[in-house]
Amino acid sequence: MIKAILIFNNHGKPRLSKFYEHYTEDTEQQIIRETFHLVSKRDDNVCNFLEGGMLIGGSDNKLIYRHYATLYFVFCVDSSESELGILDLIQVFVETLDKCFENVCELDLIFHMDKVHNILSEMVMGGMVLETNMNEIITQVDAQNKMEKSEAGIAGAPARAVSAVKNMNLPEIPRNINIGDISIKVPNLPSFK
Amino acid sequence: MSPSVRLQEMIRVIRSARTQCEERGVIQKECAAIRAQFRQADNGGRSHNLAKLLYVHMLGYPAHFGQMECVRLIASPRYSEKRVGYLGAMMLLDEKQDASLLITNSIKNDLSHSSPYVQSLALCTLACMGSAEMCRDLAPEIDRLLKTANAYIKKKAALCAVHIVRKVPELAELFNTAARSLLTEKNHGVLHGAVVLITELCERNPSALPHFRKIVPDLVHIMKGLVMSGYSPEHNVAGISDPFLQVRILRLLRILGRNDDEASDAMNDLLAQVATNTDSSKTAGSAVLYETVLTIMDINSECGLRILAVNILGRFLLSNDRNIRYVSMMSLQKIVQTDHNAVQRHRGTIVDCLKDQDASVKRRALELSLALVSAANIRSLMKELLLFLSCCPPELRAQTASGIFSAAERFAPSQRWHIDTALHVLTTAGGDVRDEMVPSLIQLITTATELHCYTVHKLYRALVADISQQSLVQVACWCIGEYGDLLLRGECEETEPVQVTEDDVLDALETVLQSHMSSPATRGFALTATMKLSTRISRNVDRIRSIVSIYGSCIDVELQQRAVEYNALFKKYDHMRAAVLERMPVIDRSSPGHDNGEPAVIQAPDKTKNNPVVTLTQEPTNQARDLLDLLGGSDEPAQPSTVQPAPAAPVPDSGSAGGDLLDLLGGLDSIPDPSVTVYEQNGVTVKLRCDRQTDVGVTATLVASNTTDSDITQFTLQAAVPKCVQLQMRAPSGDVLPARGAGQVTQTVHLNNPNKVSLRMRVRLSYCSGGSTCQDTVQVDSFPASASH
Repeated sequence: MIKAILIFNNHGKPRLSKFYEHYTEDTEQQIIRETFHLVSKRDDNVCNFLEGGMLIGGSDNKLIYRHYATLYFVFCVDSSESELGILDLIQVFVETLDKCFENVCELDLIFHMDKVHNILSEMVMGGMVLETNMNEIITQVDAQNKMEKSEAGIAGAPARAVSAVKNMNLPEIPRNINIGDISIKVPNLPSFK
Repeated sequence: MSPSVRLQEMIRVIRSARTQCEERGVIQKECAAIRAQFRQADNGGRSHNLAKLLYVHMLGYPAHFGQMECVRLIASPRYSEKRVGYLGAMMLLDEKQDASLLITNSIKNDLSHSSPYVQSLALCTLACMGSAEMCRDLAPEIDRLLKTANAYIKKKAALCAVHIVRKVPELAELFNTAARSLLTEKNHGVLHGAVVLITELCERNPSALPHFRKIVPDLVHIMKGLVMSGYSPEHNVAGISDPFLQVRILRLLRILGRNDDEASDAMNDLLAQVATNTDSSKTAGSAVLYETVLTIMDINSECGLRILAVNILGRFLLSNDRNIRYVSMMSLQKIVQTDHNAVQRHRGTIVDCLKDQDASVKRRALELSLALVSAANIRSLMKELLLFLSCCPPELRAQTASGIFSAAERFAPSQRWHIDTALHVLTTAGGDVRDEMVPSLIQLITTATELHCYTVHKLYRALVADISQQSLVQVACWCIGEYGDLLLRGECEETEPVQVTEDDVLDALETVLQSHMSSPATRGFALTATMKLSTRISRNVDRIRSIVSIYGSCIDVELQQRAVEYNALFKKYDHMRAAVLERMPVIDRSSPGHDNGEPAVIQAPDKTKNNPVVTLTQEPTNQARDLLDLLGGSDEPAQPSTVQPAPAAPVPDSGSAGGDLLDLLGGLDSIPDPSVTVYEQNGVTVKLRCDRQTDVGVTATLVASNTTDSDITQFTLQAAVPKCVQLQMRAPSGDVLPARGAGQVTQTVHLNNPNKVSLRMRVRLSYCSGGSTCQDTVQVDSFPASASH
């Protein structure tokens, strides 16, 4: 069983925290801090497995983590999960996020925390792996988002306009046109003071 | 406006706060606004507010006032509000909150909603935070959903069922049939959920195993399909087709095949196929192979397959990828108990891993090395472990030190080696050694009588070099106190002797006493050692006297008490000083497992002299008749040979009889033989074996066997004990003694002796042999010393 899924950045600020077992709010924050402390000490070329900290169950639980640029993705699991399988699961999760957000970066996770939660709940449910097929996950998430948008009605118009513009197929705008050396007569502009 | 925009607004504001204090202020303002809006009755922006609250909660600020809002939002008909409401429920609510009960009804309604997405929200929330009551209420709904046509709902319902089974194990039977039928699905998500559900059912309820073993052929079929199928773009991860499902199925096969030959046979081919065909260059393939290896080792697989599995693990161990090395060491740890020799072959690689830079790999290598220690490789392996101890990370030192100690204790080839190793550990990692090591080390030193001189020289040198390691200092002080005369003699065969004077030794001890690094226990050791030296040295007794009297006013109460007592020993009891402080005898180790290569001394049973057995007393003497009366006669409260806590049979009440009972036994000593024959006639032998002996009671087992050529039937034992002793007889293991010693009948009796009288028991046997019944009586006058005393 997966006990917790944590995403935090290189300074320890949480970007996503999902616990599948109940802890008090204080304990949750302590767990995040302790996990960050353990994981940030690790070199980049060591293995991705760590014994869990004291708060989250000690040596029965393992922390399986992956470091992508500025973010740590940490899954805290107990002995019933396959460690290498969870490593792959993290990879699938990140790839799914990438597909959903188009070249996902840390800001996407910060500003769309609820969407990340929705994607995660399509993959892991109640501490158990639910679905690992990326296309299936994305289809479901898209369908749910569409349902939400259709409810929004007129109030959702600006948001829909924004997404419509983003999805618009514009022809390639030429940039960096090399005009060459054209002599243009520049009028004598009064100096701006 | 969609909720995210307002949420993003707030996030932007929070991020722009430059200090923690500013951030707290911003969040407090936001929370106050959110609280005010929650109190308003009907608000279009409710979901935005809850989303903001959840963000604030993730950062660590209190958000409990949002719980009722979650309940309200879940009950709303709009999907967007439900979604945020359920997310809030998962993050803020748990079974201990009262509000969680309120959402049970909403979940129930949503489980029958027309839209599958609403159903899935409800299922997700139930699986995450459903309490036992909620699970009980909603289990029938889940069972119904397991049978719907929609694969999306089915897979979620399967995992929800797993959660229900975890919370309320009694409901497991409810899902048995549904789980099996789910295996016929094609959708991988549903299959995955079904396999997880069946795994959980089997683990919770071992009696369901036979029921589920019938599905082994189906599982094998599914696995074959996955392994042999060509490239399938949907489930492909690095060239393996749905490795997650493969791993799950392998795990389930492991549970089903354990201890069951038929199931194991059915899987043998498949496992061989998976083991040979899977490409392990990427993590996904390695995950499947690793799981296959664990399954092979756990079921009753054939020998060739096991060798294949260990070879795969060996290959993993040599891999460059640290993850795979870590994982292979973990699996070797699991099989080292059962397949010790196979793992020994890889000892070299494992010991090399001790030098890896990665702390996790080092930890695994340490545990595995400690498990691999055996009498054959103790010397070489110990060299490596000691090297490791000197350069290992601090969190592993305690474990290493105690591991080395226990390994040395079990397999030390010679006492000198053992002492050397122990001293080496003390000097390198003395601070991390557990406190129990000091007395066991001291005990070890006392037993090694011929090495006292060597030990004390080494310890003195170590003490002079470094007094910061408390365990080392304690042992050294004790040794110098005990064997100081050997040290001062200045000659030693085994090692180069140290030329010290009495002053040097006393200086060393005084440094320990005065140093701020010494713990109170260490100073106690040093003071006692100083005192002991007063009988072993000749010239500086005055110096010792003055040290001792100084500490008579020490602030530490323990030291003060010691010093005052020693002072008294000097002043008033000087005549006793030599006797009190003489050398200690060899300390008797209480644990029986201690084996230093020397056999424990066993007293030979001296049956002829101390035979406590009085066999047949057919000629009743006066006293004996009273005793016999205890067992004869129908109105006699004899001890039944069934399980009843029967009270002790009352002696016919006259003080003389009671007195006679107690007089019967002369001063026969109990012999240390663990099992004593109390009756041997007509081919029937009854032995009495003491299992446990305390001051107030004895637990013993009577073992009966039969050397004749025919079975003996209706074998029963009855027993009587003196008045103040209570007797309990457990049920016998049977009443038939098979012929020619083919089997035995055992019966345990427990005597409770609160008045601590000498124990006696009279046993009557009755049995049917060769058609005729026999009855015999036997008296047990003393119980043998128990084997584990």
